[in-house]
Amino acid sequence: MVYLKEVLEERLTASTFEELAMPLFDQLYNFAHWLAQDRTEAEDLVQETYAKALKGFSSFQLGTNFRAWMYRILRNTFLTSRTGLKASATMPLDAEDEMEIPAGPVTPESILIDQSQQQLLQTAIEALPLHFREALLLCEVEEMSYQEIAETLSIPIGTVMSRLSRARKALRESLQHKLART
Amino acid sequence: MVDHWTPQLDIYLDGELSANETRELDAHLRTCPSCAADVLSRLQLKRTIHSAGQRYSSTREFRERIRTNIAAKPRRSPLRMWLGAPVAVALLLIAGLVTMSVRQQQLQREHTFSELADLHVATLASVNPVDVLSTDRHTVKPWFQGKIPFTFNLPELQNSEFTLVGGRVTYLGQAPGAELIYQIRKHQISVFIFQDRAVGRDLGSGSSSPKDLSFNLQSWTQDGLRYFVIGDASTNDIHNLADMLKKVS
Repeated sequence: MVYLKEVLEERLTASTFEELAMPLFDQLYNFAHWLAQDRTEAEDLVQETYAKALKGFSSFQLGTNFRAWMYRILRNTFLTSRTGLKASATMPLDAEDEMEIPAGPVTPESILIDQSQQQLLQTAIEALPLHFREALLLCEVEEMSYQEIAETLSIPIGTVMSRLSRARKALRESLQHKLART
Repeated sequence: MVDHWTPQLDIYLDGELSANETRELDAHLRTCPSCAADVLSRLQLKRTIHSAGQRYSSTREFRERIRTNIAAKPRRSPLRMWLGAPVAVALLLIAGLVTMSVRQQQLQREHTFSELADLHVATLASVNPVDVLSTDRHTVKPWFQGKIPFTFNLPELQNSEFTLVGGRVTYLGQAPGAELIYQIRKHQISVFIFQDRAVGRDLGSGSSSPKDLSFNLQSWTQDGLRYFVIGDASTNDIHNLADMLKKVS
Protein backbone atom coordinates (compact mmCIF):
# COMPACT_ATOMS: atom_id res chain seq x y z
CA MET A 1 0.00 0.00 0.00
CA VAL A 2 2.87 2.32 0.83
CA TYR A 3 4.44 1.49 -2.49
CA LEU A 4 1.19 2.19 -4.37
CA LYS A 5 0.88 5.58 -2.65
CA GLU A 6 4.46 6.42 -3.59
CA VAL A 7 3.90 5.48 -7.21
CA LEU A 8 0.65 7.43 -7.46
CA GLU A 9 2.20 10.51 -5.90
CA GLU A 10 5.21 10.26 -8.15
CA ARG A 11 3.14 9.83 -11.30
CA LEU A 12 0.86 12.66 -10.24
CA THR A 13 3.89 14.86 -9.68
CA ALA A 14 5.38 14.05 -13.08
CA SER A 15 2.02 14.47 -14.75
CA THR A 16 1.39 17.82 -13.05
CA PHE A 17 4.86 19.01 -13.93
CA GLU A 18 4.37 18.13 -17.58
CA GLU A 19 1.04 19.97 -17.66
CA LEU A 20 2.59 23.08 -16.14
CA ALA A 21 5.97 23.04 -17.83
CA MET A 22 5.32 22.10 -21.44
CA PRO A 23 3.18 25.17 -22.26
CA LEU A 24 6.23 27.25 -21.33
CA PHE A 25 8.53 25.35 -23.65
CA ASP A 26 8.49 27.73 -26.63
CA GLN A 27 8.99 30.82 -24.47
CA LEU A 28 11.75 29.19 -22.45
CA TYR A 29 13.54 28.05 -25.56
CA ASN A 30 13.30 31.53 -27.08
CA PHE A 31 14.62 33.12 -23.90
CA ALA A 32 17.41 30.53 -23.66
CA HIS A 33 18.45 31.26 -27.23
CA TRP A 34 18.48 34.99 -26.55
CA LEU A 35 20.72 34.42 -23.55
CA ALA A 36 23.08 31.87 -25.07
CA GLN A 37 22.85 33.17 -28.65
CA ASP A 38 23.57 29.69 -29.92
CA ARG A 39 21.13 26.90 -30.84
CA THR A 40 23.07 24.02 -29.32
CA GLU A 41 23.74 25.89 -26.12
CA ALA A 42 20.10 26.92 -25.94
CA GLU A 43 18.99 23.29 -26.27
CA ASP A 44 21.41 22.19 -23.57
CA LEU A 45 20.15 25.00 -21.39
CA VAL A 46 16.50 24.09 -21.84
CA GLN A 47 17.15 20.41 -21.36
CA GLU A 48 19.05 21.03 -18.15
CA THR A 49 16.38 23.43 -16.96
CA TYR A 50 13.62 20.86 -17.41
CA ALA A 51 15.69 18.15 -15.76
CA LYS A 52 16.48 20.34 -12.76
CA ALA A 53 12.91 21.58 -12.51
CA LEU A 54 11.47 18.06 -12.59
CA LYS A 55 13.94 16.93 -9.98
CA GLY A 56 13.12 19.86 -7.73
CA PHE A 57 9.41 19.96 -8.46
CA SER A 58 8.53 18.33 -5.17
CA SER A 59 9.96 21.39 -3.43
CA PHE A 60 7.94 23.79 -5.59
CA GLN A 61 5.00 25.30 -3.74
CA LEU A 62 1.88 24.91 -5.84
CA GLY A 63 0.08 28.22 -6.04
CA THR A 64 3.25 30.27 -6.32
CA ASN A 65 4.58 31.57 -9.62
CA PHE A 66 5.61 28.52 -11.62
CA ARG A 67 6.63 30.55 -14.68
CA ALA A 68 8.99 32.73 -12.66
CA TRP A 69 10.37 29.57 -11.00
CA MET A 70 11.13 27.96 -14.37
CA TYR A 71 12.75 31.10 -15.76
CA ARG A 72 14.82 31.47 -12.61
CA ILE A 73 16.13 27.91 -13.00
CA LEU A 74 16.94 28.57 -16.65
CA ARG A 75 18.69 31.83 -15.90
CA ASN A 76 20.70 30.41 -13.01
CA THR A 77 21.69 27.49 -15.19
CA PHE A 78 22.81 29.88 -17.88
CA LEU A 79 24.79 32.02 -15.45
CA THR A 80 26.80 28.99 -14.33
CA SER A 81 27.54 27.96 -17.92
CA ARG A 82 30.71 29.05 -19.65
CA THR A 83 28.84 31.51 -21.88
CA GLY A 84 26.87 32.81 -18.93
CA LEU A 85 29.94 33.35 -16.80
CA LYS A 86 31.58 35.23 -19.65
CA ALA A 87 28.50 37.35 -20.28
CA SER A 88 27.97 38.26 -16.64
CA ALA A 89 31.68 39.07 -16.26
CA THR A 90 31.42 41.71 -18.96
CA MET A 91 28.32 43.24 -17.47
CA PRO A 92 28.81 46.84 -16.26
CA LEU A 93 28.22 46.91 -12.53
CA ASP A 94 28.42 50.63 -12.14
CA ALA A 95 25.71 52.16 -10.03
CA GLU A 96 23.04 49.76 -11.13
CA ASP A 97 20.64 50.78 -8.42
CA GLU A 98 21.17 54.48 -8.79
CA MET A 99 18.18 56.55 -9.69
CA GLU A 100 17.52 56.12 -13.33
CA ILE A 101 18.32 58.91 -15.68
CA PRO A 102 15.14 59.93 -17.42
CA ALA A 103 15.27 59.14 -21.06
CA GLY A 104 14.61 62.02 -23.33
CA PRO A 105 11.48 62.22 -25.40
CA VAL A 106 11.35 59.74 -28.21
CA THR A 107 10.31 61.18 -31.48
CA PRO A 108 8.22 58.95 -33.72
CA GLU A 109 10.61 59.62 -36.57
CA SER A 110 13.57 58.26 -34.65
CA ILE A 111 12.22 54.88 -33.69
CA LEU A 112 9.49 54.01 -36.12
CA ILE A 113 10.61 50.57 -37.09
CA ASP A 114 8.70 48.49 -39.51
CA GLN A 115 8.91 44.75 -39.93
CA SER A 116 11.75 45.00 -42.43
CA GLN A 117 13.89 46.64 -39.76
CA GLN A 118 13.33 43.95 -37.15
CA GLN A 119 16.78 42.59 -37.84
CA LEU A 120 18.18 45.94 -36.81
CA LEU A 121 16.26 45.80 -33.58
CA GLN A 122 17.29 42.20 -32.90
CA THR A 123 20.91 43.11 -33.38
CA ALA A 124 20.48 46.01 -30.98
CA ILE A 125 18.90 43.71 -28.36
CA GLU A 126 21.70 41.17 -28.81
CA ALA A 127 24.22 43.91 -28.17
CA LEU A 128 22.65 44.89 -24.85
CA PRO A 129 24.53 43.81 -21.72
CA LEU A 130 23.14 40.55 -20.35
CA HIS A 131 21.33 42.00 -17.31
CA PHE A 132 19.62 44.64 -19.43
CA ARG A 133 18.78 42.18 -22.18
CA GLU A 134 17.18 39.63 -19.87
CA ALA A 135 15.12 42.23 -18.02
CA LEU A 136 13.92 43.75 -21.29
CA LEU A 137 13.01 40.37 -22.80
CA LEU A 138 11.15 39.23 -19.71
CA CYS A 139 9.16 42.46 -19.73
CA GLU A 140 8.53 42.98 -23.42
CA VAL A 141 8.52 39.49 -24.86
CA GLU A 142 7.35 37.39 -21.91
CA GLU A 143 5.14 40.24 -20.68
CA MET A 144 6.05 39.54 -17.08
CA SER A 145 5.06 41.96 -14.37
CA TYR A 146 7.80 43.74 -12.47
CA GLN A 147 7.10 41.45 -9.55
CA GLU A 148 7.59 38.34 -11.72
CA ILE A 149 10.79 39.74 -13.19
CA ALA A 150 12.03 40.49 -9.68
CA GLU A 151 11.29 36.87 -8.65
CA THR A 152 12.90 35.46 -11.77
CA LEU A 153 16.05 37.52 -11.50
CA SER A 154 16.08 37.46 -7.69
CA ILE A 155 16.40 41.22 -7.50
CA PRO A 156 14.29 43.97 -5.92
CA ILE A 157 11.55 45.61 -7.98
CA GLY A 158 13.48 48.90 -7.88
CA THR A 159 16.39 47.20 -9.61
CA VAL A 160 14.01 45.76 -12.20
CA MET A 161 12.73 49.25 -12.98
CA SER A 162 16.26 50.61 -13.14
CA ARG A 163 17.47 47.90 -15.49
CA LEU A 164 14.44 48.27 -17.73
CA SER A 165 14.89 51.99 -17.94
CA ARG A 166 18.58 51.63 -18.76
CA ALA A 167 17.93 48.88 -21.25
CA ARG A 168 15.34 50.94 -23.10
CA LYS A 169 17.58 53.98 -23.08
CA ALA A 170 20.50 51.98 -24.44
CA LEU A 171 18.26 50.40 -27.05
CA ARG A 172 16.86 53.71 -28.22
CA GLU A 173 20.31 55.25 -28.47
CA SER A 174 21.56 52.24 -30.36
CA LEU A 175 18.63 52.38 -32.75
CA GLN A 176 18.94 56.11 -33.27
CA HIS A 177 22.62 55.63 -34.06
CA LYS A 178 21.93 52.77 -36.46
CA LEU A 179 19.04 54.55 -38.14
CA ALA A 180 21.13 57.67 -38.52
CA ARG A 181 23.73 55.65 -40.43
CA THR A 182 21.20 54.08 -42.78
CA MET B 1 10.17 68.15 -23.85
CA VAL B 2 10.92 66.41 -20.61
CA ASP B 3 8.48 66.87 -17.83
CA HIS B 4 7.88 64.96 -14.61
CA TRP B 5 5.77 62.43 -16.50
CA THR B 6 8.47 61.36 -18.89
CA PRO B 7 10.13 58.80 -16.58
CA GLN B 8 6.69 57.37 -15.92
CA LEU B 9 5.72 56.72 -19.52
CA ASP B 10 7.32 53.28 -19.89
CA ILE B 11 5.99 52.24 -16.48
CA TYR B 12 2.57 53.43 -17.61
CA LEU B 13 2.82 51.33 -20.77
CA ASP B 14 4.03 48.37 -18.72
CA GLY B 15 0.83 48.65 -16.69
CA GLU B 16 2.76 49.09 -13.47
CA LEU B 17 1.54 52.53 -12.40
CA SER B 18 -0.93 52.68 -9.57
CA ALA B 19 -4.59 53.28 -10.42
CA ASN B 20 -4.41 56.90 -9.28
CA GLU B 21 -1.24 57.63 -11.25
CA THR B 22 -2.73 55.98 -14.32
CA ARG B 23 -5.82 58.18 -14.11
CA GLU B 24 -3.68 61.29 -13.72
CA LEU B 25 -1.44 60.41 -16.66
CA ASP B 26 -4.44 59.57 -18.82
CA ALA B 27 -5.75 63.06 -18.12
CA HIS B 28 -2.36 64.61 -18.87
CA LEU B 29 -2.00 62.79 -22.20
CA ARG B 30 -5.34 64.21 -23.35
CA THR B 31 -3.94 67.70 -22.92
CA CYS B 32 -0.25 67.23 -23.85
CA PRO B 33 0.42 66.40 -27.55
CA SER B 34 4.15 66.05 -26.92
CA CYS B 35 3.75 63.36 -24.20
CA ALA B 36 1.00 61.70 -26.23
CA ALA B 37 3.36 61.44 -29.21
CA ASP B 38 6.09 60.15 -26.93
CA VAL B 39 3.77 57.47 -25.54
CA LEU B 40 2.74 56.46 -29.03
CA SER B 41 6.34 56.15 -30.09
CA ARG B 42 7.26 54.10 -27.01
CA LEU B 43 4.24 51.89 -27.57
CA GLN B 44 5.35 51.34 -31.13
CA LEU B 45 8.81 50.37 -29.95
CA LYS B 46 7.35 48.13 -27.26
CA ARG B 47 5.24 46.26 -29.81
CA THR B 48 8.16 45.92 -32.17
CA ILE B 49 10.41 44.57 -29.44
CA HIS B 50 7.67 42.08 -28.51
CA SER B 51 7.49 40.89 -32.08
CA ALA B 52 11.24 40.92 -32.73
CA GLY B 53 11.92 39.21 -29.42
CA GLN B 54 9.96 36.14 -30.43
CA ARG B 55 12.80 35.19 -32.65
CA TYR B 56 13.77 31.63 -31.93
CA SER B 57 11.83 28.43 -32.15
CA SER B 58 13.04 24.93 -31.40
CA THR B 59 12.76 21.89 -33.61
CA ARG B 60 9.83 19.55 -33.13
CA GLU B 61 12.26 16.73 -32.36
CA PHE B 62 13.82 18.66 -29.50
CA ARG B 63 10.42 19.52 -28.08
CA GLU B 64 9.39 15.86 -28.18
CA ARG B 65 12.65 14.83 -26.57
CA ILE B 66 11.99 17.13 -23.66
CA ARG B 67 8.41 15.92 -23.39
CA THR B 68 9.58 12.32 -23.35
CA ASN B 69 12.20 13.09 -20.74
CA ILE B 70 9.73 14.61 -18.32
CA ALA B 71 6.75 12.36 -19.10
CA ALA B 72 5.37 10.39 -16.18
CA LYS B 73 6.72 6.91 -16.50
CA PRO B 74 6.63 3.96 -14.15
CA ARG B 75 9.86 3.27 -12.47
CA ARG B 76 10.94 0.52 -10.17
CA SER B 77 10.41 1.64 -6.63
CA PRO B 78 13.20 1.14 -4.12
CA LEU B 79 10.82 -1.17 -2.22
CA ARG B 80 10.38 -3.37 -5.23
CA MET B 81 14.11 -3.31 -5.86
CA TRP B 82 14.70 -4.39 -2.28
CA LEU B 83 12.13 -7.12 -2.72
CA GLY B 84 13.76 -8.10 -6.00
CA ALA B 85 17.17 -8.62 -4.46
CA PRO B 86 16.16 -11.46 -2.10
CA VAL B 87 14.17 -13.08 -4.89
CA ALA B 88 17.24 -12.97 -7.13
CA VAL B 89 19.36 -14.39 -4.32
CA ALA B 90 16.76 -17.09 -3.68
CA LEU B 91 16.68 -17.98 -7.36
CA LEU B 92 20.45 -18.17 -7.42
CA LEU B 93 20.38 -20.38 -4.34
CA ILE B 94 17.73 -22.64 -5.86
CA ALA B 95 19.67 -22.82 -9.10
CA GLY B 96 22.79 -23.61 -7.10
CA LEU B 97 20.99 -26.28 -5.08
CA VAL B 98 19.52 -27.85 -8.20
CA THR B 99 22.94 -27.87 -9.83
CA MET B 100 24.45 -29.35 -6.70
CA SER B 101 21.69 -31.94 -6.50
CA VAL B 102 22.11 -32.93 -10.14
CA ARG B 103 25.85 -33.07 -9.68
CA GLN B 104 25.45 -35.13 -6.52
CA GLN B 105 23.16 -37.59 -8.30
CA GLN B 106 25.65 -37.79 -11.11
CA LEU B 107 28.46 -38.48 -8.65
CA GLN B 108 26.35 -41.10 -6.87
CA ARG B 109 25.55 -42.77 -10.17
CA GLU B 110 29.19 -42.78 -11.20
CA HIS B 111 30.14 -44.11 -7.79
CA THR B 112 27.56 -46.92 -8.03
CA PHE B 113 28.59 -47.87 -11.54
CA SER B 114 32.20 -47.81 -10.49
CA GLU B 115 31.37 -50.03 -7.53
CA LEU B 116 29.48 -52.46 -9.76
CA ALA B 117 32.36 -52.53 -12.20
CA ASP B 118 34.64 -53.38 -9.28
CA LEU B 119 32.30 -56.18 -8.22
CA HIS B 120 32.19 -57.46 -11.79
CA VAL B 121 35.97 -57.40 -12.12
CA ALA B 122 36.41 -58.99 -8.70
CA THR B 123 34.06 -61.79 -9.66
CA LEU B 124 35.86 -62.49 -12.91
CA ALA B 125 39.21 -62.40 -11.13
CA SER B 126 38.04 -64.76 -8.40
CA VAL B 127 39.09 -68.38 -8.35
CA ASN B 128 35.48 -69.19 -7.49
CA PRO B 129 33.52 -66.60 -9.42
CA VAL B 130 30.14 -68.10 -8.57
CA ASP B 131 28.69 -69.79 -5.55
CA VAL B 132 26.15 -71.75 -7.52
CA LEU B 133 27.58 -73.15 -10.73
CA SER B 134 24.85 -74.11 -13.15
CA THR B 135 23.53 -73.29 -16.57
CA ASP B 136 20.04 -74.16 -15.45
CA ARG B 137 17.98 -71.25 -14.29
CA HIS B 138 15.77 -73.60 -12.30
CA THR B 139 18.82 -74.46 -10.22
CA VAL B 140 20.31 -71.02 -9.91
CA LYS B 141 17.17 -69.16 -8.95
CA PRO B 142 16.16 -71.44 -6.03
CA TRP B 143 19.72 -71.27 -4.70
CA PHE B 144 19.11 -67.68 -3.69
CA GLN B 145 16.13 -68.53 -1.52
CA GLY B 146 16.81 -67.46 2.07
CA LYS B 147 20.00 -65.71 1.04
CA ILE B 148 18.47 -62.52 -0.30
CA PRO B 149 15.23 -60.78 0.75
CA PHE B 150 13.54 -60.96 -2.67
CA THR B 151 13.03 -63.26 -5.62
CA PHE B 152 13.38 -62.79 -9.35
CA ASN B 153 12.85 -64.56 -12.65
CA LEU B 154 15.50 -65.63 -15.11
CA PRO B 155 15.00 -65.90 -18.87
CA GLU B 156 15.00 -69.02 -20.96
CA LEU B 157 18.22 -69.00 -22.98
CA GLN B 158 17.60 -71.94 -25.21
CA ASN B 159 17.48 -70.07 -28.48
CA SER B 160 20.03 -67.40 -27.63
CA GLU B 161 23.77 -67.01 -27.68
CA PHE B 162 23.84 -66.41 -23.94
CA THR B 163 24.81 -69.02 -21.43
CA LEU B 164 24.09 -68.87 -17.71
CA VAL B 165 27.30 -69.57 -15.81
CA GLY B 166 25.99 -69.33 -12.25
CA GLY B 167 25.34 -66.92 -9.44
CA ARG B 168 26.48 -65.53 -6.12
CA VAL B 169 25.26 -63.28 -3.37
CA THR B 170 26.75 -59.81 -3.48
CA TYR B 171 26.39 -56.51 -1.69
CA LEU B 172 26.04 -52.99 -2.91
CA GLY B 173 26.20 -50.39 -0.20
CA GLN B 174 25.40 -53.08 2.40
CA ALA B 175 22.29 -54.09 0.46
CA PRO B 176 22.25 -57.80 -0.39
CA GLY B 177 21.57 -58.79 -3.96
CA ALA B 178 22.07 -61.41 -6.61
CA GLU B 179 24.90 -61.50 -9.11
CA LEU B 180 24.36 -63.72 -12.10
CA ILE B 181 27.09 -64.48 -14.59
CA TYR B 182 26.22 -64.92 -18.23
CA GLN B 183 28.53 -65.69 -21.06
CA ILE B 184 28.29 -64.76 -24.70
CA ARG B 185 31.08 -65.97 -26.90
CA LYS B 186 34.18 -65.24 -24.78
CA HIS B 187 32.65 -62.35 -22.86
CA GLN B 188 31.30 -62.65 -19.38
CA ILE B 189 28.52 -60.39 -18.28
CA SER B 190 27.36 -59.72 -14.73
CA VAL B 191 23.71 -59.16 -13.97
CA PHE B 192 23.17 -57.53 -10.58
CA ILE B 193 19.72 -57.51 -9.02
CA PHE B 194 18.89 -55.52 -5.85
CA GLN B 195 15.81 -54.21 -4.16
CA ASP B 196 15.39 -50.74 -5.62
CA ARG B 197 14.54 -49.18 -2.26
CA ALA B 198 17.58 -50.81 -0.68
CA VAL B 199 19.90 -49.33 -3.27
CA GLY B 200 18.07 -46.07 -2.65
CA ARG B 201 19.77 -44.08 -5.32
CA ASP B 202 18.43 -42.27 -8.33
CA LEU B 203 20.38 -44.20 -10.89
CA GLY B 204 18.17 -43.39 -13.82
CA SER B 205 17.33 -45.75 -16.59
CA GLY B 206 19.19 -46.63 -19.74
CA SER B 207 22.59 -47.40 -21.02
CA SER B 208 25.84 -46.06 -19.85
CA SER B 209 29.45 -46.64 -20.65
CA PRO B 210 31.93 -46.23 -17.85
CA LYS B 211 34.60 -45.60 -20.44
CA ASP B 212 37.43 -45.47 -18.00
CA LEU B 213 36.73 -49.14 -17.34
CA SER B 214 35.80 -49.99 -20.92
CA PHE B 215 32.53 -51.58 -19.78
CA ASN B 216 29.06 -51.26 -21.15
CA LEU B 217 26.23 -51.04 -18.69
CA GLN B 218 22.48 -50.96 -18.69
CA SER B 219 20.29 -50.32 -15.68
CA TRP B 220 16.56 -50.21 -15.03
CA THR B 221 13.96 -50.79 -12.38
CA GLN B 222 11.12 -53.25 -12.68
CA ASP B 223 8.68 -54.52 -10.07
CA GLY B 224 10.63 -52.92 -7.25
CA LEU B 225 13.92 -54.39 -8.31
CA ARG B 226 16.94 -52.61 -9.68
CA TYR B 227 18.80 -54.42 -12.47
CA PHE B 228 22.33 -53.75 -13.71
CA VAL B 229 23.81 -55.53 -16.70
CA ILE B 230 27.53 -54.85 -17.03
CA GLY B 231 30.31 -56.36 -19.05
CA ASP B 232 32.88 -55.88 -21.76
CA ALA B 233 30.55 -57.31 -24.39
CA SER B 234 29.14 -55.03 -27.05
CA THR B 235 26.38 -52.59 -26.30
CA ASN B 236 24.12 -54.69 -28.48
CA ASP B 237 24.80 -57.82 -26.44
CA ILE B 238 24.20 -55.99 -23.19
CA HIS B 239 20.99 -54.60 -24.62
CA ASN B 240 19.78 -58.02 -25.78
CA LEU B 241 20.40 -59.64 -22.41
CA ALA B 242 18.65 -56.77 -20.68
CA ASP B 243 15.65 -57.22 -22.96
CA MET B 244 15.45 -60.91 -22.14
CA LEU B 245 15.52 -60.15 -18.42
CA LYS B 246 12.85 -57.48 -18.76
CA LYS B 247 10.53 -59.89 -20.54
CA VAL B 248 10.52 -62.47 -17.78
CA SER B 249 10.43 -60.11 -14.83
